[in-house]
Amino acid sequence: MCFLKTTRKPDTLLHLIYNANDVENLPSFMDDWHQSLEVGRPPAAQTYEARQQMPYQTSHRKTNKNCRMETCFDSSRCDKDFRVFVYPLSELETTCVFVIAIDTLDRDPLSPDYLRNIPVKMQRLRHWSGGRNHVIFNLYSGSWPDYNEDDLGFHTGDAILAKASMSVTNMRPGFDISFPLFHKKHPERGGEPGFVRSNTYPITKNYKLAFKGKRYVLGSGSETRNSIFHLHNGKDTIVVTTCKHGKNWKDAQDERCDVDNTLYEKYDYGSLLKNSTFCLVPRGRRLGSYRFLEALQAGCIPVLLSNNWALPFDEVIDWNKAVIWADERLLFQVPEVIHSISETKLFALRQQTQILWEQYFNTIEKIVFTTFEIIKERLPKLQSRDGIVWNTSPGALVSQHSYTNYLNFNLPFNYHLFGKQPSPNFTVVIFSQHNNLNTPLYRLVRNIAASKYLTQIVINSCSDNNGKSGYQTIAGIQILVSSGNGCRRFEPLPFIKTEAVLSLDDDVILTSDEIDFAFHVWQSFPDRIVGFPARSHYWDNGKDSWLYTSKWTNEYSIILTGAAFYHQYYNTLYTQWLSPLLIKTVEQSHNCEDILMNFLVSHVTRRPPIKVSQRKHYKEQANNGMPKSPWNDPDHFMQRQTCLNTFVVLFGYMPLLQSSVRFDPILFKDPVSNFRKKYKQIELVSN
Amino acid sequence: MFIRLACCRLLRHKKLIYISIFISFLLSFVYVVVLPHIFTLLQKPPSKIQEVYQYVIPEDSPIVPTNSRCTFYDCFNIYRCGHKFDGDFKVYVYPVAKHVDKDFIPIGGKISKEYHSILSAIVESQYYTTNPEEACVFVSSIDTLNQNRFRVKETSQALALLPHWNDGQNHLIFNMVPGTAPDYKTVVDLSIGKSMVAGVGFDSWTYRSSFDISIAIYSNLAISLSNNYTFKYRTTFISTIQTNLHNDFITSLKSIEKQKSTTQNITIRVIEPCSHNRHDRTIICHENTTYNYADILADSVFCLILPGPRLMDMVFIDSLAAGCIPIVAINHVVLPFFEVIDWKRAVIMWSETELNTLLDVVSDIPLDRRKEMSAQGRWLYQTYLSSLKIITMTTLKILSQRLHPHSSDFYENWNLRPHPVSARNPLFLPYMSDSSGFTAIILSYDRIDSLFTLINLISKAPSLQKIIVVWNNQLKSPPHFSEWPKIDVSLKVVQTTANKLSNRFFPYREIETEAVLSLDDDILMLTLDEIEFGFQVWKEFPDHIVGFPSRTHVWNNKTNTWKYESEWKNEISMVLTGAAFYHKYWNQAYTYIMPNNIKQWVDDHMNCEDIAMNFLVSNTTNKAPIKVTPKKKFKCPQCKNTEMLSADQGHMATRTSCVNMFAAIYGRMPLKTVEYRVDPVLYRDVFPTKLKRYNNVGEL
Repeated sequence: MCFLKTTRKPDTLLHLIYNANDVENLPSFMDDWHQSLEVGRPPAAQTYEARQQMPYQTSHRKTNKNCRMETCFDSSRCDKDFRVFVYPLSELETTCVFVIAIDTLDRDPLSPDYLRNIPVKMQRLRHWSGGRNHVIFNLYSGSWPDYNEDDLGFHTGDAILAKASMSVTNMRPGFDISFPLFHKKHPERGGEPGFVRSNTYPITKNYKLAFKGKRYVLGSGSETRNSIFHLHNGKDTIVVTTCKHGKNWKDAQDERCDVDNTLYEKYDYGSLLKNSTFCLVPRGRRLGSYRFLEALQAGCIPVLLSNNWALPFDEVIDWNKAVIWADERLLFQVPEVIHSISETKLFALRQQTQILWEQYFNTIEKIVFTTFEIIKERLPKLQSRDGIVWNTSPGALVSQHSYTNYLNFNLPFNYHLFGKQPSPNFTVVIFSQHNNLNTPLYRLVRNIAASKYLTQIVINSCSDNNGKSGYQTIAGIQILVSSGNGCRRFEPLPFIKTEAVLSLDDDVILTSDEIDFAFHVWQSFPDRIVGFPARSHYWDNGKDSWLYTSKWTNEYSIILTGAAFYHQYYNTLYTQWLSPLLIKTVEQSHNCEDILMNFLVSHVTRRPPIKVSQRKHYKEQANNGMPKSPWNDPDHFMQRQTCLNTFVVLFGYMPLLQSSVRFDPILFKDPVSNFRKKYKQIELVSN
Repeated sequence: MFIRLACCRLLRHKKLIYISIFISFLLSFVYVVVLPHIFTLLQKPPSKIQEVYQYVIPEDSPIVPTNSRCTFYDCFNIYRCGHKFDGDFKVYVYPVAKHVDKDFIPIGGKISKEYHSILSAIVESQYYTTNPEEACVFVSSIDTLNQNRFRVKETSQALALLPHWNDGQNHLIFNMVPGTAPDYKTVVDLSIGKSMVAGVGFDSWTYRSSFDISIAIYSNLAISLSNNYTFKYRTTFISTIQTNLHNDFITSLKSIEKQKSTTQNITIRVIEPCSHNRHDRTIICHENTTYNYADILADSVFCLILPGPRLMDMVFIDSLAAGCIPIVAINHVVLPFFEVIDWKRAVIMWSETELNTLLDVVSDIPLDRRKEMSAQGRWLYQTYLSSLKIITMTTLKILSQRLHPHSSDFYENWNLRPHPVSARNPLFLPYMSDSSGFTAIILSYDRIDSLFTLINLISKAPSLQKIIVVWNNQLKSPPHFSEWPKIDVSLKVVQTTANKLSNRFFPYREIETEAVLSLDDDILMLTLDEIEFGFQVWKEFPDHIVGFPSRTHVWNNKTNTWKYESEWKNEISMVLTGAAFYHKYWNQAYTYIMPNNIKQWVDDHMNCEDIAMNFLVSNTTNKAPIKVTPKKKFKCPQCKNTEMLSADQGHMATRTSCVNMFAAIYGRMPLKTVEYRVDPVLYRDVFPTKLKRYNNVGEL
């Protein structure tokens, strides 16, 4: 049998034959020790102040390397709600997280944006108290030549650092947040979409791997950047570097610089991004670089050469689904690694780059909100979303805690993933602006009640009625009249127990077949608005603005919520998630709430709504054959035009999308007997 | 038997006698010499952990202090780890030896059966190597699982004497019980230089990110807890299950227990160690009554887990196994395999200082969520924690992912329970395609007239970018290129090597567009408007099959089978690929991912390839196909749908059997039935035709 090769002196080594055949007779690792006599440790101190006395709490003056959420963050401030306080607003007792209004983004003393007297300013902050519950945002720290990650030029104490280019080992686990590095011109909201507009399979690009950037002849990061040119083959791998950077690059240039600089000029960075399957993202002076987000947006799968870099928001994002990690120590394996990846996996990686870019990175607003959401999820009392929600479309920012109540499956987006369907029933919410219930309503209620999927009819009444709600019987049907909702159409009423809501105006005409059919369509597309009256928007070059139209066109982008199915979740999202400015626009104009709902849903799903059946006139006709006001009121119409443009400004872009399809029953208007058709009434609806 | 009979027959031919003798000889050789060896070869190889040596550790033997700042990038020597890209790497296990100090007193207890299992698991795995020179990772055979069972200094010295130690570089130290009384360190107290710790009970200060591996402690009780699991009504809402809690916890929990049981209908049960038998882990006590540990776990919805002497002990594993949802209220704890397992799906993380508000929040968790968490916990237990072999293999898998991050499994692979109805749509990008055009693929055999008519027809479609004719006839060459219609788009003829239906779904490199329009060569009645509209619909629903001829399937109560249906009905569940748009990815999936027996059956029987495609897409996406426009006839105005002809009853029977067979292969009926079709917005509207984009739509 084989003997151990050893360099040790023979006298320290004695051979002994040990019978290992009866393994069962071996002791257990839990034997031979009096476990039951051991007693656990006492609970951590109850209050934040008392926890500060713990031995690992050191001085507040520098960054407190020992911070963890349990020790340095006072979560008792977050009991009621997750509120963020931005200096210098007035004091709030319930503030959970503080953000200082001092620009700490650029802490490189050589940079023109470097703010010099931060320590003094920090001392003036009223609530600083050693940095407790503060978040400090930072993009660059340290400077030439070592670019020390910790060197911010001021003491952060117990504050959470949301910082770019952090290394995994330098982060305080579960405390600091790795932050993306973005350009100064990164938009606050709106944001550019990803470049992938056509999801071709397989990915066929001119280049397999590309890089164009500086190399540093000297100093931090130079080792990696100086060696990557070896990957360049001029065919499918384009890796070009330049020595030109800073003022004095010529002093330190090496013999390759001339060749490199010439080659560098031959390629355009933008076109490399677009025409390459993979983009090399090596460390720069710091671990992170702009090109990471640039590659992500371009759908050019990042190949990371930045050992130990904590990728942005890696606490919640599964980056394995969108990037390829390479190892700086194994540079020459990069080509082999990327060639070993299957086309199917590439296809998935590229799609994920786009999803992540648009969900968390394309605006400053999203980046900052994501940071807060991560902090929020760490607090035990506020429930957290699992990785599926974070890493699938439409992402965590639009998947609100309060609705999901630990459950993610009831969100409108994930049904297909789990092979589920929304429950097969719906609640009708009739929005009534009138005090007295009118005649058309009777007919409407009768038609609705004929649907076997109906659970309940709720009238959301504008009349105050001292905020009382109660049952009324209309046309023999019990109806819940809910008052005191401030005339807010999309108030998430507690009476709604179904996922599907059929939102109706009180003077709508719809047959029960139409309702049932629309509900059937909605069940296949529970994330969209599915309904009858369609409208459209278009860009007018002459007026330089968006126009709203109710004319019959070949496309539509809005389904009015006067007769439409949508997921109950959107009520919550509308009320709790939309910017207060948007809600204010609606409340001041007493108009446009349906347009805003369409903006919201299209923004979240990146898909247009769905129009069902031929019906165009869905309102009671007035005597002159025209629909009743206010729909024909020109002022009303102008107002909607204004809304459209205001919303675009506040969203930062136009989220509405055009569709040119209409959903009809399979045998609609087919020359077969009406008896064979399931939705007979729809045949009779004329336009 | 057969061979012997053959020999007898051979005997009749005298010439062959010699041959038969030779064959008998050969046979006896097989029986006598080869077979016994085959059996020994098939037997489990004998345990390789059996050579045992005794080492004497000199008193002054050096130790290497643990480097607490180690990272994967500066303490781990990646160059030892080969150049494979499939996640493979090699682990060397030192031979088992006995270590004694200078007085010949052992430095620790005998190797435990648990550590023996860990070493055996490695030895039996694909990672094992006997050659230390090719090893990437080294595992010592000194049992370091329980710090109470070895002497720290001497064990550190013994480790440092290992022949390939090299300051501990690339060594993996397994530990499940770190720390000893009274300070209970949260990591094993050994001095191990640059070694990695695969340990239990780290806190977030002692765990070295990207370097150590947080593993699970093995619980021998858990298996039986897991086997007896049922998700029935559980009478207790929250139980504590630890007998070694600090008194302060007991006191504050007792006060919560009193408060809540009077005011609300939720119970919290704080168990105690049994005074009469503190050592037996299978019994625990509550208010002077003795209970079975297993019964308490099986009867509680939630198990509250607080800091014991060590941050992580067996109760966590036990409660997962028993389906009692763990509430982990241990500040700074590092959970097992946390870098790949999303514990939030199965565990409630709480703060040990906020126990008083626990009940309010936990009681809000709805019942179906509780069921889900309980099931997830049990699944995680079974998949990653239930045996030492599984724990070891999970540890090595994580190590493999660090070495080869590009071959890492995704979040879903680690955390989603396999479920028959769940789907992972490979076309998950939420977008409306910007594609400017599509590629038409026409399957053809010999109907040249019909084919040319079709090519002439579709070549005028503005969005058409290329036509590919799949020429499936090996007996007859396709027409000479001069005979083909002269059209404006490029036309490519693919001559196949065998007349197989799956050729029409091959992901040809020549398909450069996202969308494919799949056509039979006799589909002559589509209008250009219909084609253009169909493409538009596909762009809006790029993950669906979007097409014209629709079919459905119905359940036959009498025969308890599915029936394929081509009548005009109010429902559809399939769109035939004789005229349908779909994403090119599905060709890849059909050719390389779809169950091979389906593909084989289709090619053998020359039928049902369209049904197979519908099954594939619906099974992958959980979505129904989309039928566009009322169009129902495709071949000629007079023709009835061939599938409706009674003469074709055999054909219909075959299609019905396909539906049943495919459903059996997938283990479910993936097809989704819907009652809608899709028309242009202004279809049938009384509206000036010149303002309608798609006019020539609607003739049957």
